Amino acid sequence: MDLTYTPEQQAFRAEVRAWLEAHVPATPLEHYDATREGFEAHRAWERTLKSGDWGMVTWPVEYGGRGVDLIQWLIFEEEYYRAGAPGRVNQNGIFLLGPTLMEFGTHEQKVRFLPSMASGDEIWAQAWSEPQAGSDLAGVRATAVRDGDDYVLNGHKIWSSRAAFADWAFGLFREPGTERHKGMSLIFFRLDAPGVTVNPIRKINGHVGFAEIFLEDVRVPAFNRLGEEGQGWHICMATAGFERGLMLRSPARYQVAAAKLAELYRRHENSVDPALKKQVVRAFMNAEAYALSIYSTASRLMAGAKIGPEASTNKIFWSEMDIDLHQTALEILGPRAELLPSAPDAGAVDDWLDDYIFSLSGPIYAGSNEIQRNIIAERMLGLPR
Amino acid sequence: MDFTFSEEQKMFADTAKTLLADTCTPAHLRAQMDKGEARDADRWAAIVETGLTLVLLPEAAGGIGLTEIDFAPIAEAAGYAGLPEPLVESAGVAAPMLAAIAPDHPLLADPAATIAIQHPLNPFVADADTAAAIILHHDGAAHIVDPASVTLVRQESIDPFRRLFRIDGMPPAGTRIDADPAAWALALDRGALFAAAQGLGLAQRSIDLAVDYAKDRTQFGKPIGSYQAVKHHLASAQVAVEFARPVVQAAAAEIGAQDVHSRARVSHAKLVALEAADQAARASIQVHGAMGYSWEVDVHFFLKRALGLTFTWGDPAFHRARIAERMFGSPTGPDTLFARTSDQKAA
Repeated sequence: MDLTYTPEQQAFRAEVRAWLEAHVPATPLEHYDATREGFEAHRAWERTLKSGDWGMVTWPVEYGGRGVDLIQWLIFEEEYYRAGAPGRVNQNGIFLLGPTLMEFGTHEQKVRFLPSMASGDEIWAQAWSEPQAGSDLAGVRATAVRDGDDYVLNGHKIWSSRAAFADWAFGLFREPGTERHKGMSLIFFRLDAPGVTVNPIRKINGHVGFAEIFLEDVRVPAFNRLGEEGQGWHICMATAGFERGLMLRSPARYQVAAAKLAELYRRHENSVDPALKKQVVRAFMNAEAYALSIYSTASRLMAGAKIGPEASTNKIFWSEMDIDLHQTALEILGPRAELLPSAPDAGAVDDWLDDYIFSLSGPIYAGSNEIQRNIIAERMLGLPR
Repeated sequence: MDFTFSEEQKMFADTAKTLLADTCTPAHLRAQMDKGEARDADRWAAIVETGLTLVLLPEAAGGIGLTEIDFAPIAEAAGYAGLPEPLVESAGVAAPMLAAIAPDHPLLADPAATIAIQHPLNPFVADADTAAAIILHHDGAAHIVDPASVTLVRQESIDPFRRLFRIDGMPPAGTRIDADPAAWALALDRGALFAAAQGLGLAQRSIDLAVDYAKDRTQFGKPIGSYQAVKHHLASAQVAVEFARPVVQAAAAEIGAQDVHSRARVSHAKLVALEAADQAARASIQVHGAMGYSWEVDVHFFLKRALGLTFTWGDPAFHRARIAERMFGSPTGPDTLFARTSDQKAA
């Protein structure tokens, strides 16, 4: 055990920092879920990132990455959040599908899809849920019928993040007549393909962050299937492991938020209940604990371990600490907490309210926290189903 | 950057776990409690024989010369077993301090001898009566005294195995040692760190007891462990353990720095590991139902140990204050996770 950075790691940090300082937009971009313009501004940022070879640093060079290890990835993320760089509009691609493609895809599939993912040229939505298959994802009804070298897709997907503006989506489709975990395949389709209808759904904050997707006789080449036919559930679980585990929520995100909260508390220290200090300290502790845990996981993965059911503990921890942290900020803001930044007397309310509202989605997406607690109880602790 | 344990480190931890799983079962604890004995002579002999009392002692003092990273898993195993003997406080805190302030002390040559320590933060001294010597803090100075030379006033703890004493009387003449104040500071951090490590073990034990019971106990025609309300209590406790463990490990790796960052990390570990132990014990009692509130079920041993350790080696308010000192006194943010005071001076 050695919790110090090597000179190479320090040099990598300096390189990331210098590049970001020179390139991060001075004014924040409009949110990618707010409008098509905001979305395209984020795509442009992804292309800028790729121009510096920072699109997806952990991927091999041949697939559009830099081939760095997971510790360097954490350093990259720390610098990325520290610099206040734009949110990653292609997170469904680079953090979810990308790692899964790396594990289950053919060389041809990797060459076809990964570089365009790393560059933002193709932005991905996820299409997991259906109206009757939410937490019980094995209840998926959408079908894929093989027809020569193609599949013909039919069905109805919903709560698809980024689908309002994205180029591609991936989801589970079953062979007609199969049930539950058997007979499903993970298939990619273009969101502008003939037969695809996308209806944006407004989120609690008014943004069109997700959509429902209707598929009517949508023809896609069999090349768009990831892994073997019928292996979809297995692959989907691996993707969920990445999502809940290492990739989706960088510790740096919460460390930045905790530092911002400390600053907010300092500014209001003389006017707020001193008992709030305890909650501010707690936010700092939680952010550090999550970061230490991720460093520990990264070290174990680098030593050859695999992500297991413990990924479910991550998802619970970051989603619940995120709500606590933002609630504390609102308590410090007091009567101004409810004001939108546009209100004349809002002052420096910053994004606390918007981020608080966003934090409420944390215990739901990527598998609800109730499902995560079931997974921990059954697969880590061995309790009966 | 490497956040993994070596094979040697895993081996010591496994040795401690196996030894205590065999020699420190709840049946052993109950027999010892009924006899009112401070120690199980056979168990202590086995602990000494495997070298566990020498792990943290420097080689110059006849020890193995390993570090807190190696000793923390041993303390965790002691917590998991609810070990009555003062392995953690003697071999993890007092003996290394004795080696630092009195390197030629004859007791260092006896691996079976235990040393007790009175730190200014702890009004009561654990296991003072069975110790071969007590390191006393008196009027700002360190004294090494024979327990027979001072008056020990027993303070009954709710934990039947925590033998606490108030020490009355002046330390005898000639017992004063010129101890570097840094030795007291390190003793405090080690005491808090290893209390935290014990907390991890206590928490996991409480969860494991509840899991065993919930698989077995049937209500409404099904094992109670199949109900989500029961599952979720235990899953939440396990989450608390999972996010306390890396903090304890990092605190063990960094303790040697003895700066504002390492102190905050130790304090963070102490707080969250004992919170996890408390949460797990209470969840375990709840899952056991009325049985959980009985003397007959073993969970109370682990609840009571967690309670005692929570307020020893710095109470929660003390440790929160140390974290606040680091948080508000030094830069925070994603690039400061492993920050050191020395880095900031250099910068």
